[in-house]
Amino acid sequence: MISVQSLRKRYGEKVVVEDVNLDFPAGKLTSLIGPNGAGKTTLLMMMGRLLARSSGEVRLEGEDIAVLRPADFARRIATLRQSPDFNLRLTVDELVAYGRFPYSRGFLTAEDHAAIEQALAFVEIDHLRRAYIDELSGGQRQMAFLAMTIAQQTDCLLLDEPLNNLDMKHAVGIMRALRRLCDEQGRTVILVVHDINFAANYSDHIVAMKGGRVFRAAPVAQVVTSACLRELYGLDFEVSARPDGYFCNYFKPMGICK
Amino acid sequence: MTARTWLTQPAALMLFAALCCASVLIGATPIGPGALASANEDVWRIVLSSRLPRLAALVLTGAGLAICGVILQQIVRNRFVEPATTGGLDAAKMGMLIALTSMPQLGNLPRMFAALVFCLASSLLFVTAIRRLRLRNAVLVPVIGLMYGSVLNALAEFYAYQNNIMQSMQGWMLGDFSRVVQGNYEVIWIILPIVVASYLFAHRFTIVGMGADMATSLGLSYPAMVTFGLMLVAATIASTIITVGAIPFVGLIIPNLVSLYHGDNLARTLPLIALGGASFLLVCDIAGRLVIQPFEMPIGLTTGLLGGIMFLVLIWRKSR
Repeated sequence: MISVQSLRKRYGEKVVVEDVNLDFPAGKLTSLIGPNGAGKTTLLMMMGRLLARSSGEVRLEGEDIAVLRPADFARRIATLRQSPDFNLRLTVDELVAYGRFPYSRGFLTAEDHAAIEQALAFVEIDHLRRAYIDELSGGQRQMAFLAMTIAQQTDCLLLDEPLNNLDMKHAVGIMRALRRLCDEQGRTVILVVHDINFAANYSDHIVAMKGGRVFRAAPVAQVVTSACLRELYGLDFEVSARPDGYFCNYFKPMGICK
Repeated sequence: MTARTWLTQPAALMLFAALCCASVLIGATPIGPGALASANEDVWRIVLSSRLPRLAALVLTGAGLAICGVILQQIVRNRFVEPATTGGLDAAKMGMLIALTSMPQLGNLPRMFAALVFCLASSLLFVTAIRRLRLRNAVLVPVIGLMYGSVLNALAEFYAYQNNIMQSMQGWMLGDFSRVVQGNYEVIWIILPIVVASYLFAHRFTIVGMGADMATSLGLSYPAMVTFGLMLVAATIASTIITVGAIPFVGLIIPNLVSLYHGDNLARTLPLIALGGASFLLVCDIAGRLVIQPFEMPIGLTTGLLGGIMFLVLIWRKSR
């Protein structure tokens, strides 16, 4: 389990993340939601050791992540930033193979090859394995990066806006894959997501942030309510909880819009 | 590994071998293949004291410079950088100059060390500055590098002018292999372990090219790897500038050409880059020896000319 205690990030006078205390349930999918500038990405990057924290602690199974060696850390937590500015010409299978670096340090074993195959099959991009990354569509690219992160076989995956700029089909594909990672392999997935409907329908747990602080952290049913979302985003919501999932209408909520 | 790499590598190796033979046989005293077999003492003296050292220097320099280019390209994450477009070459020149004037009694090794230290310091400064600037335009990076190099060069020239060594500096700065003979070029063998090291670390250098965040997420100590890469580059530049002078553009063209056909997975492409760099220098050197026979054109001119044109084509292709 990954937990955060009195975590804070400030740049000079400006406080971006303030006094965040959270426990992320293991083996569950947690979405970080909230308006722009709420500190979601900053929080995620501090948890992935990609950003230095100003104070506070991030603990993995009770152990401060700052003391872990880089290679050990990379076998336990994998981080994928949003649309990485990637300009190397690698084929998809080469990219995914680099996900095995924390284990193989470059020289692949049979076990590594199995993990690569499994990751490619998991996100259903076997057929693209020989294609160069720079020749793929945005959605396929994102799938390839996700496969690389999956091949890293960490207990915990941190993803920053994996749905950014994707069409509906690819967005659903990514969210389904993440859901299956939790359900079938028991991995902990924590992601920043802007589409409230994806967050509501695919998460177990939601952390809503606002102004650098945790606004609400609870199971989906307690966060996805019209009252809570209205206060979070300053926008009217019409939330219908159906047997097959949630539908949050903020485009033109019925009875609220004049 | 794609089928294509398997097909082209033997061809590249054969071309390389042919160029090596040509390099040994061509020169002010042409040597026929028969003369080698005849065990003529004069012929063998030429081959052993001049032609073979020259061949070794060409191959090591070519491979080393091409690898330097690709390592720098991974670190800066820009396709247009190489030691000549990041100020590294000019800084090494300055270091050598200062060592030469302040401690003229010292030999090649201390001079090389001075060049290495200057080149490393300057590259660290450049890489840090470029990272801070966060340039959106890829072409701006080498332009800034060239400006930075020119400033360093101007300082070096001013220093040389004050110490009255302008002319000799210009002489030994233009890359030239005709000075390479047994006994004065051996420093360049330092490139061999550098090439081996860069191959062993090829995976890591590819990861460096993915950027600091992705490298960290994959468990690589990014700052340590960047520093190590810059040290390899500085050592290569320093050893070549001491023995054969400045040779621009090899590190730029070869990695870009290889990337075009074989991608950027250095674990796979690094041997091709090394081979390509060596072959390119051999071609330039043979051409330089043939054009105005029995005299020689310095290789700095041929590579500068060919490389400059290809650099422009690459930039033009990119910005189109």
